[in-house]
Amino acid sequence: MTGSDGELLTLLRSGDERAFVSLVQRYQGPMLRLATSFVPSQAVAEEVVQDTWLALLRGLDAFEGRSSLKTWLFSILVNQARTTGMREHRTVPVPDPEPAVDPARFDASGSWADPPEHWIEAAEDRLAAGKFADRIRELMDELPVRQREVVILRDVEEMSSEEVCSVLAISDGNQRVLLHRGRSRLRQLFEHEFRGVR
Amino acid sequence: MRLLPRRDLVCQQAVELVTDYLEGTLSRRDRRRFEAHLAGCPHCTEYLAQMSETIRLTGHLEPEDLTPQQQDEFIDLYRRWRSEQE
Repeated sequence: MTGSDGELLTLLRSGDERAFVSLVQRYQGPMLRLATSFVPSQAVAEEVVQDTWLALLRGLDAFEGRSSLKTWLFSILVNQARTTGMREHRTVPVPDPEPAVDPARFDASGSWADPPEHWIEAAEDRLAAGKFADRIRELMDELPVRQREVVILRDVEEMSSEEVCSVLAISDGNQRVLLHRGRSRLRQLFEHEFRGVR
Repeated sequence: MRLLPRRDLVCQQAVELVTDYLEGTLSRRDRRRFEAHLAGCPHCTEYLAQMSETIRLTGHLEPEDLTPQQQDEFIDLYRRWRSEQE
């Protein structure tokens, strides 16, 4: 079943279980990936996501549509994960100061000494050949958790910065720093991935 | 938005401004300085293109399809919730 989130929501409210499965189909994967960044194991992440779907169903009547369904769903997920308390040991609100590019790649004046290697064409070729998605996911898993959360929501889920701030309960400045660090590190990983492939 | 000294940007500073540039959160002055730097620096131009490509690649990921068994599990979940309602 296809249709916008809004259409599926309307069908779901009228008791259509296929609309529910369609929503699950759409969001289960991304939610699981986000949940995995909050909790220690895949099994716990699956539980958190399952609880989130139940919370969605239970909250259907109360949902007023002030945010998008997706923002609402991811907010529930983050709350579920956080209230289980499993994340307490790693709530570090200060963004790390790591630079976007290894300082060793610049000379004393701050100009490139070891400039970016070309890899865009190689990446496009791999993308066109298919089967690159799994590798992209693996590379994303190498990002520190908070950077990964923001990159998933902004660049995979294509949420706005406002939505991401609302879902993760972080400031706009924080969001941007995490996004910058995450994207920068991922660029570096892609460069490394295609090193020597021309 | 951040204030930078008036002198020209160097590459090491420019790469730290890429996200603010793409997000449209640089001040007009910093935006001009960033673009002026790019105009004379092929490496930073390449770097900006690679950051855009990075965004494009992650944006390409799609939610994985559910297996039929997973679909059944969610139908069960839904029906349990329905019966809770009654």
